[in-house]
Amino acid sequence: MNRRLSLFNVTSLVIGFAFLYLPILLLVIYSFNASRLVTVWGGFSTQWYGALFRNQALMEAAWVTLRIALLSATLATVLGTLAALALTRYGRFPGRTLFTGMVYAPMVMPEVITGLSLLLFFVAIDLDRGFWTITLAHTTLTMCFVTVVVQSRLMTFDRSLEEAAMDLGAPPLRTFFSVTLPLIAPSIVAGFLLAFTLSMDDLVIASFNAGPGATTLPIKIYSQVRLGLSPEVNAASTILIGIVTLGVISATLLSKRSVLRKAH
Amino acid sequence: MTERPFARRLAAGLVPAVPYLWLGVFFLVPFLIVLKISLSDPAVAQPPYKPVFDWSDIAGFFSGLDLENFELLTQDDLYFRATLSSVRIAAISTALLLLVGFPIAYGMARAPERYRSLLVALVILPFWTSFLIRIYAWVAILKPEGLLTQALTGLGLISEPLDILNTETAVFIGIVYAYLPFMVLPLYATLEKMDDTLLEAALDLGSPPWRSFWTITVPLAMPGIIAGSLLCFIPAVGEFVIPDLLGGSETLMIGRQLWSEFFSNRDWPLASAVAILLLIILVVPIVIYRDVEARRLEARP
Repeated sequence: MNRRLSLFNVTSLVIGFAFLYLPILLLVIYSFNASRLVTVWGGFSTQWYGALFRNQALMEAAWVTLRIALLSATLATVLGTLAALALTRYGRFPGRTLFTGMVYAPMVMPEVITGLSLLLFFVAIDLDRGFWTITLAHTTLTMCFVTVVVQSRLMTFDRSLEEAAMDLGAPPLRTFFSVTLPLIAPSIVAGFLLAFTLSMDDLVIASFNAGPGATTLPIKIYSQVRLGLSPEVNAASTILIGIVTLGVISATLLSKRSVLRKAH
Repeated sequence: MTERPFARRLAAGLVPAVPYLWLGVFFLVPFLIVLKISLSDPAVAQPPYKPVFDWSDIAGFFSGLDLENFELLTQDDLYFRATLSSVRIAAISTALLLLVGFPIAYGMARAPERYRSLLVALVILPFWTSFLIRIYAWVAILKPEGLLTQALTGLGLISEPLDILNTETAVFIGIVYAYLPFMVLPLYATLEKMDDTLLEAALDLGSPPWRSFWTITVPLAMPGIIAGSLLCFIPAVGEFVIPDLLGGSETLMIGRQLWSEFFSNRDWPLASAVAILLLIILVVPIVIYRDVEARRLEARP
């Protein structure tokens, strides 16, 4: 069977990827613009990066965002992995339909609804809005994404390895930690990274649940963008894009290396 | 000896119980609260609604509920127009996404096998970078003296600045750009598995390529088309960031309406009623999506 790329295929790939990457590329290029006018090129300069690091409020928001993302992604990874195990290894337990519904719904639910409903819940139980409410909200949303990522791995791997360990007398917990966990580890890492970036990125849910004490970077960026384009936001965006790109590339390399090691 | 099996059973029971409880508390209960508050009256207080639940007064609780907020939604045609306009914008965007996404997914599926995982990674990478930043990038491109106008005047194609920002066109561009990975990936997943011999057989039997496309490729790609379309349509209906940053003041969308009821008018009960309205619109597509996804995951070998 030979699949050949026609001219049409190549053209649509080139145009498609140009469409996906050109806007990001332009944003990065213009973050090195000397001019204060964001869309007029005035020569190369790194002055906006300096201005960014001197911007106390922005730096503080970045630190809050990072802490929330780390904490909520960790919680979401644990909860999501448990949920994935429940969906793949427990057969038909009571309330399974409701459970799958609750796992899939938050992923497609408009963020305004999720944000509003969690806020009203926190007000009802009298929890002050701030760091913790955003963390809990992000954990709830992102654990569903972790579940799907880990679940698809649990479904494809060879169950006979687990059965062999059990037959040889390993108790279920030991089987899980020495057979299942190493096999699904790459998908757990991928789930964690996904949860982390979703939390770093979220504007809507964070806006509903943020209090006076905790403002996240997306909320800060959004309020600046509403006032007009600013070269500082371009610089901040470029740094974020850089971090994400490095993270994704290293995660890909890591999982590739572990595959290679296993093959030897 | 009797302790260990019990401890083990307890540990085994915790696996589904912990995430179940978490989602119950942080997803289901908040939902019921939205429903309750949408039925209560606004108040000038902190929080700005009348608490309607009190264990000692169950009868009072039920008599305090009314459909006033929903009556308001039906009386003011603003909400009706916002609903229609959200569904229309999301439907047009989904159609555009299919049109843009299908050739890309098709090209990826036909690419030599060694390049395919790289192409998939390239589609996913923009999804990892901030949504807000990607939409923000378009503001600089689409504004009247922005980069698109500069490029097109440079090429001599236009003489007047293009005024796309703050129009519905900008919203379509934004949604297509932001949601493209959600459309391309499910399409690619089905197209990649497609059996090429069917197309070859059709060709041998004299079927012209466009006919093979409509009678073989499209029906076989249907699961991907349905999954991708729902994955784009559902969140697009409730979209807030894109219409807010790229759309004009006349771009009505229900997510934006909810946001302004909540943040500008501080009418929490009405905002909750808008949330319930949005949910009613989306309940059917969400249920279909859940079934499609669950079947897709469970059907895997």
